[in-house]
Amino acid sequence: MKLLEYESKTLFQAHRIPVPPSGGVIRTMAQLPAALRRAGKGPWVIKAQVLAGGRGKAGGIKLARTPAEAKEAAKSILGMTLVTHQTHGQGLKVREVLVECGAKIEREIYLSVVMDRKACGPTIIASAEGGMEIERLAAEKPEAILRQPVDPSTGLPDFAARRLAFQLRLPPERVAQFCHLVKSLVWLFLEHDCSLVEVNPLVLTPKGLLALDGKVVTDDNALFRHPDLAKRRDPELSVLEREAQKADLSYIALDGTIGCMVNGAGLAMGTMDTIALAGGKPANFLDVGGAADEERVTKAFQIILKDPKVKAVLVNIFGGIVKCDMIASGILAALKKVQLRVPLVVRLQGTNVEKGRELLSQAKVKIVSAEDLWDAAKKAVEVSR
Amino acid sequence: MSILLSKESRLVVQGFTGGTGTFHSKQCIEYGSNIVAGQTPGKGGTVHLDRPVFNTVSEAVRQAGANVSLVFVPAAFAADAILEAADAGVALVICITEGIPVLDMARVKRALDASARSGTRVRMVGPNCPGVITPGECKAGIMPGYIHKPGRIGIVSRSGTLTYEAVHQTSQQGLGQSTVVGIGGDPIAGSNFTDILELFEGDPATEAVVMIGEIGGSAEEEAARFHRERMSKPVFAFIAGRSAPPGRRMGHAGAIIEGGSGTHASKVKALREAGVTVVENLSEIGATVAKALKQKASV
Repeated sequence: MKLLEYESKTLFQAHRIPVPPSGGVIRTMAQLPAALRRAGKGPWVIKAQVLAGGRGKAGGIKLARTPAEAKEAAKSILGMTLVTHQTHGQGLKVREVLVECGAKIEREIYLSVVMDRKACGPTIIASAEGGMEIERLAAEKPEAILRQPVDPSTGLPDFAARRLAFQLRLPPERVAQFCHLVKSLVWLFLEHDCSLVEVNPLVLTPKGLLALDGKVVTDDNALFRHPDLAKRRDPELSVLEREAQKADLSYIALDGTIGCMVNGAGLAMGTMDTIALAGGKPANFLDVGGAADEERVTKAFQIILKDPKVKAVLVNIFGGIVKCDMIASGILAALKKVQLRVPLVVRLQGTNVEKGRELLSQAKVKIVSAEDLWDAAKKAVEVSR
Repeated sequence: MSILLSKESRLVVQGFTGGTGTFHSKQCIEYGSNIVAGQTPGKGGTVHLDRPVFNTVSEAVRQAGANVSLVFVPAAFAADAILEAADAGVALVICITEGIPVLDMARVKRALDASARSGTRVRMVGPNCPGVITPGECKAGIMPGYIHKPGRIGIVSRSGTLTYEAVHQTSQQGLGQSTVVGIGGDPIAGSNFTDILELFEGDPATEAVVMIGEIGGSAEEEAARFHRERMSKPVFAFIAGRSAPPGRRMGHAGAIIEGGSGTHASKVKALREAGVTVVENLSEIGATVAKALKQKASV
């Protein structure tokens, strides 16, 4: 789960990582004057709270020297639809704005802790060239990036923290503060089961180091030991995705026209790919799970059909332990409960496949039966046109 | 011959008496797998599915001679179960459990690596995988046994149902499988593609390998390098997620394109450059392998 900047900074503060004086988050213009007062003396920075990088360039971050400027900035940002290079052409509606005091920046540093799949553990990534997006830096100046693997049980030792400080060419009087900060960042990562904690930039000011921006991504698998996070509403999910999550279905909305219901994440991806190969576009990713029973299939149909773009539905189920005739009866029972407004193509394979297909052929609703996945994908593309 | 599992494998099931453990243990026993014991803390001394239940894995190893552990323990306790199996001295731990926190796996992996350095190598497969099967000999996992046929293709995969697809197709082509290994869809796994490719390369019964990868991470790129430098057997690959958008986790925790890396295109390119045959159409895996092997035989 990705946390917004202000949520990340709340965690930073709890771990004594210095952040700029904050006036908090506002959701309406009426809340602005109090937020400015809480933040303290200007200038202030007004920042859109959305889950995407590149906010500044897209007009989502503005500097204000006077309360009047702050009002103008907040007005333009609150409610705007932000399109950045990271939103893949879609816009994100800004519902929350963070009000902070500006900082005097002497230098910008990049600092993050990331779950490194190759090293099988957390790794600190740092660069003296902050402010830039790390992917771009990695492409253009790979030699400017420092890497420090971390033991997931014991955290970062002092000597490794110090070495990083010297490699980042910090002034001697800031080394101790940096060591404390980077060690705290590692603990935050470990304690909250993160997959990414990023400070970009970490800035050097006349008064010391400051985390000017913050990004935290946590591991969904570990939500069971973080009840606060588990309760949090994931702002990244669409209405349908949230509904699917409640039903324990893995669903991701896409922009095509062929709704998919598949058992297994890999096969669900493979089905989307096959649809694309056949000239169509999938409307969603949906893993209905190993136990594709009546209840889950019904819920999956309901969610898929709520997407107005859907022009056909393709069900692809490999019946292994759960046999095809059981799955077919589940589909038939589900079809009695949902109003099917588009053509349905079903491909069943696995145990008792003949029995399953026979059951489907007796259905009242017309079901296009397919031999294999390629056949199913071609038929789905055809009927969706 | 085969890899990882054979008729000699003696299985202990961790989480034996739970719902999932019971259901799938029964299926494995019906298939002919030699489950010699089960483990559930607190249920030691009882008998379940006609097998003795022990409180600890080390008792199952010492008293029942178990040498492979199959883990069905819930996610919150699974990492500890894996460490217990490794500590007890089994040679192989197969973890089916889905949803283990990544940091837990990072700690497990570190512990296993440290013990390998000190001379005790415990191989781990999974988590979040269908398990391992050597057709006709031993099934340790949740895959439907009947779709498999003893044969000459090794299959290694990050995805469960996609594996069944590849198994089904190679069975239909009459090729069959030497061993099928699900390495799982998590970001950190006990075994990666290269570990299993190395085993298949050394297995006389395996003639060719089908590798099912997906977007995210760099395991496929590493496999490509391994194939180019160290493998003589042909490898056929399918990579799922060509149409997946970046930044979204496609069901599996590991199937996510992050910061522009782990894309379908980069994996296909690396594999092709290493001489791996990449199959674009999922439905043509079996046919592609059969055709290539036939051509090879006629040369």
